[in-house]
Amino acid sequence: MGAEGINRITRWGVVVFPGSNCDHDAVIALQQFCGQEAEEIWHCSETLPELDGIVLPGGFSYGDYLRSGAVARFAPVMNEVVNFAESGKVVMGICNGFQILTECGLLPGALGRNVGLRFICREVYLRVERSDTIFTKQLEVGQVLKIPIAHNEGNYYLPPAELEELEANGQVVFRYCDRMGRVTPESNPNGALNNIAGIINRAGNVLGMMPHPERRCDALLGSPDGRGIFSSAIHHITENWPCPAARRK
Amino acid sequence: MKVTVIVRLKPAILDPQGKTIQHSLEQMGFSEVKDVRIGKIIELNVEGEDEPTVRARVEEFSHKLLANPLMESFEIAVDGR
Repeated sequence: MGAEGINRITRWGVVVFPGSNCDHDAVIALQQFCGQEAEEIWHCSETLPELDGIVLPGGFSYGDYLRSGAVARFAPVMNEVVNFAESGKVVMGICNGFQILTECGLLPGALGRNVGLRFICREVYLRVERSDTIFTKQLEVGQVLKIPIAHNEGNYYLPPAELEELEANGQVVFRYCDRMGRVTPESNPNGALNNIAGIINRAGNVLGMMPHPERRCDALLGSPDGRGIFSSAIHHITENWPCPAARRK
Repeated sequence: MKVTVIVRLKPAILDPQGKTIQHSLEQMGFSEVKDVRIGKIIELNVEGEDEPTVRARVEEFSHKLLANPLMESFEIAVDGR
């Protein structure tokens, strides 16, 4: 890795849909706790500024009407988000952002109603399944992260054959587990198949996860366990794109 | 034309709402109800004279937006047919 690249500051866009409510948290996580540049991108934007990464934040875009993420997927900005992802750039969808990524086809599967029919807002434990992805290269396989979830539709579903493929491809990055890192039915908060909490696309540059790493980027806020996910992606960007993207004023 | 789209969860998808209602019915004494599945009815008022065209257009956007083909199936009725 070139040392010159590592210190550069990356530039992130956080898409704001009507009803997003974790957008500010994502901006602050990137700016204050990761030392990066981050700006909000309104959902009506038809072009994007020069960015290194995009976050689709949590919340209730368009009131979760019809299905979570179903309407947001057709927001004007999403064409550019899809192009951005298809060009190999880093995209993270958190909670509602994950739901939007599945609706728009950047990630496989769908997120159905929690098995217990309740909105769940609490800390969960996640087991890191891979440490060789863009989003987990600063974490270790088997490492347990304590990060909160806050959702009503987090029940990950994929038809059996496709699920097998997802697993075989190593696309499952985080699973719900207990404090000791054991993946058990009891530690599955929402009924997600195979305790799936977070996945990547085949190319590995798009992550979707139900838990909220942006809420756990500092010990003062409970734990810094979420920061490793952002810093992994930031490190990946500076390693692979050492020169900053041209800045548009 | 009045168009109705019925969206259903596919049989393989767990329906926790349906299960809850079935349990509730059982407690109310309606134990003959063995299964409950919840779906959505979407009523549309669509401009157009030609039924096949209207139906094809509704089918197109139902597939894109009204239903998630991975988890849901849909059925279209135009003017009750």
